[in-house]
Amino acid sequence: MELNINGTTRSVEAEADTPLLWVLRDELGMTGTKYGCGVAQCGACTVLVDGQATRSCVTPVESVAGMAITTIEAVEQDPVGRRVVEAWVAAQAPQCGYCQSGQVMAATSLLKQTPHPSDEDIAAAMTNLCRCGTYNAIAAAVRQAAAQG
Amino acid sequence: MMDGLTPALFSAAQLPEGQPVNLSRRGVLGAALGALVLGVALPRGAARAQAAAPAVQPGTRIPAFLEIRQDGSVLLKSPFIEGGQGVDTAMAQIVGEELDADPARFVVECAPPGPDYALVNGRRITGGSFSVRSAYPAMRQLGARARAMLVQAAATRLGVPAAELTTEPGKVVHAASGRSLDYGALAAEAAALPVPETAPLRAERDFRYIGKPVARLDVRAKSTGRAMYSIDVTVEGMLQAAVQHAPRLGMEPGAFANEAEVKAMPGVHSIQRLPGAVAVLADRWWRARRAVETLQVGWTPPAADARNVMPADFSSAAHHAVLAAATGPGNPAEVEGDTAAALRSATRTIEAVYDAPFLAHGQLEPPSATARWNADGTLDLWLPNQAPEMFQAVAARVAGIAPEQVKIHSPLLGGFFGRHFLYDSANPFPQAIQLAKEVGRPVKLIWTREEEFLRDALRPMGLARFRAGIGPDGMPVALEAEAVGEGPIGRWFGTAPGKADPSAVEGIAEKPYAIPNRRVVQVPLRHPPIISFWRSVGHSMNDFFYEAFLDEVAEAGGQDPYQLRLRLLAEKPRHKALLEAVGELSGGWKRGPYDAADGTKRARGVAMASPFGSEVATIAEVSLKDGAVVVHDVWVAVDPGRMVNPAIIEAQVNSAVALGLSSALLEEVVYVDGVPQARNFDNYPILTPERMPRVHVRIVESGAPMGGIGEPGLPGVPPAVVNAVAALTGQRVRSLPLAKTRLGAV
Ligand code: FES
Ligand code: FES
Repeated sequence: MELNINGTTRSVEAEADTPLLWVLRDELGMTGTKYGCGVAQCGACTVLVDGQATRSCVTPVESVAGMAITTIEAVEQDPVGRRVVEAWVAAQAPQCGYCQSGQVMAATSLLKQTPHPSDEDIAAAMTNLCRCGTYNAIAAAVRQAAAQG
Repeated sequence: MMDGLTPALFSAAQLPEGQPVNLSRRGVLGAALGALVLGVALPRGAARAQAAAPAVQPGTRIPAFLEIRQDGSVLLKSPFIEGGQGVDTAMAQIVGEELDADPARFVVECAPPGPDYALVNGRRITGGSFSVRSAYPAMRQLGARARAMLVQAAATRLGVPAAELTTEPGKVVHAASGRSLDYGALAAEAAALPVPETAPLRAERDFRYIGKPVARLDVRAKSTGRAMYSIDVTVEGMLQAAVQHAPRLGMEPGAFANEAEVKAMPGVHSIQRLPGAVAVLADRWWRARRAVETLQVGWTPPAADARNVMPADFSSAAHHAVLAAATGPGNPAEVEGDTAAALRSATRTIEAVYDAPFLAHGQLEPPSATARWNADGTLDLWLPNQAPEMFQAVAARVAGIAPEQVKIHSPLLGGFFGRHFLYDSANPFPQAIQLAKEVGRPVKLIWTREEEFLRDALRPMGLARFRAGIGPDGMPVALEAEAVGEGPIGRWFGTAPGKADPSAVEGIAEKPYAIPNRRVVQVPLRHPPIISFWRSVGHSMNDFFYEAFLDEVAEAGGQDPYQLRLRLLAEKPRHKALLEAVGELSGGWKRGPYDAADGTKRARGVAMASPFGSEVATIAEVSLKDGAVVVHDVWVAVDPGRMVNPAIIEAQVNSAVALGLSSALLEEVVYVDGVPQARNFDNYPILTPERMPRVHVRIVESGAPMGGIGEPGLPGVPPAVVNAVAALTGQRVRSLPLAKTRLGAV
């Protein structure tokens, strides 16, 4: 099976229903995308599929063959993603950091689609869990990244 | 997380100031620093010999901690483990302040096991909000002595007296001749010098890094997916493992109904039996997981001598009833005056019973462990832990080798909150060790979130009975409390007979209020589940019990709860100032209910707590929406005595508020028939972004001895919220979480 990941074609060997998350982490060694719950609850595994924030732990790899997959490893290659990362650093958003790959990807997806989101847009898009409670810093970082867009 | 161990474990004043043992030792130290400067670790044999020598004073041997590289960057091997609390940055600030090196030039990693790092009163733990306050004096001295060696090396190189030299971040300066030398260029020569007995410390008024909001060292890696956690470890040739645990602790795997089917699944290497679990090893973790979940295991009942058996009929609801029925007299924790007499002569007495449920840690990184047996019989282990030496000792026992043959690697923690201490069946590494031995290959084991919910060690359930007597002036004259249950200190470290477990009573005993007659006891009662430390430990529920009951006392005496606290703290200037500070921060105390601009009716609650050497005052503002509580703002005034990084403190208070609020509103581990009902976050809801309140923090540096920061922001939140709910609705909620109670507005 061939996957388009971060602009590169990668061929992978996995059962068709293997979650994209585990293909990324195990097969391809891309560990920036995290496993938190495996049941689409936490968002730690968020990647972009054709620009759309997607929870890769419940995404069968077969279903995204041929689509453009972007992971945290390539987020800075995107101008919006780069802005999001800079805003994250400026806001000192991460604590343990474990949820933050997913948070950055969710924010990048939001700002690519809605460059100037309202607070409601942010609330609707930024639903990933953070056990360290960095939610206020994350919201501030999203607003800052949007303001610089 | 070991607040209750405070007297035994910790006194910053008692920590060694860090002097080399004798002159002959100094040469050795210098040579070792040289080796490290060249990027070579201490030879194994030497490290072992030193580990055996009782003469090592923790925090004194520079090469165990510092490596200044040619490019001027500084590698700091930290006694502590970074898990979001910002300790790596704090250590870089403290050492950098005295070394005169910009913290931004530091690379901080967790040191391997060794006697040098036992800085928490002779032990090494990352917990109890102990790290910064316990290591502060030793880390300052360490930086100062390393700086003195660099200055001496520069003096020799430049041929000038050391007294003519000063330093600027990263370099030694000879102002008279306008010359300067970078640390990186001096490190090798400095390493050859004797380590000075002491070195002068910087005056606090000249601090550039300590006390400043220095940027965290780890945020960029954590914002770009480059931070590495235990779950990300890869070892050449490893197999991956997933486990299925017995539904109840104590049961053992019996027959497999479909072994052949599972063995034939893609990538499967083998099926392995473990104590209380089965594992499947495969080339990929997802294949291992799928296979182990396909395996149909017949579980045999616990053997007669099995440890920690979970009874088949255990339920959290029935256990609550057991706690409620357990009566005293109990073991005294605090006795002052004569409560019985004071209650008899009181104008009015009130009683109430409070409780809080079992809780899960829910750290976002599921537990894992990677084990690799080496040809020489040693064992490498990568695993989440809050105490490398303790894990090393247990791993050695499990592996049947000596502790120094176990090499512990402590990657970043994806959250911990007390999860990663030693809790018998709650740690995956013994399984990984056994599996790796069995198959003769490295094994990486990851627990699914579902297995984590099944085997997590729980924040204990708690219940407290209160009785108070109120005098004719409306002031409390007596307060009695019975805390029923047990805490993690008693469970894992033992409690002296007849003594209260400090982790069961902290937050109820030794509150600062001037109530003349007080009696606080613990009625010990064992919880069938494995219990644990959980962020702020006993305070996580006990301050809720006490501070909510104190609001009931205020009401019974016809007093405003904020004003009552001020009166009871009239002789406690530190606490009173803090309560006034949080009042001011919130725009002036007002209880409500009142109408907010958005049309909602709102009210506020207040609470105080004295956790982990710090003092905290908290106010929360709430409204109701569809019978559920909405928390709009939380104001926290925190007095840690003195601080190292205000930005990290503010972040930690935000984090603690979130977890405290999550527990107050939502969280409860429910057991039925011996098994937890929730196996993932879908049935164990935690705080979501939309429920996060604004958090306003004021740091008050009273100058008192430095207290902790990671946990203290938590305990005030549940009572402040519950007290606000009572002000808003007239409903006094005495059982958490709030989600259990249908609330109606007044
Ligand atoms: S791991 Fe995918 S949503 Fe939690
Ligand atoms: S930063 Fe730790 S889970 Fe979000």
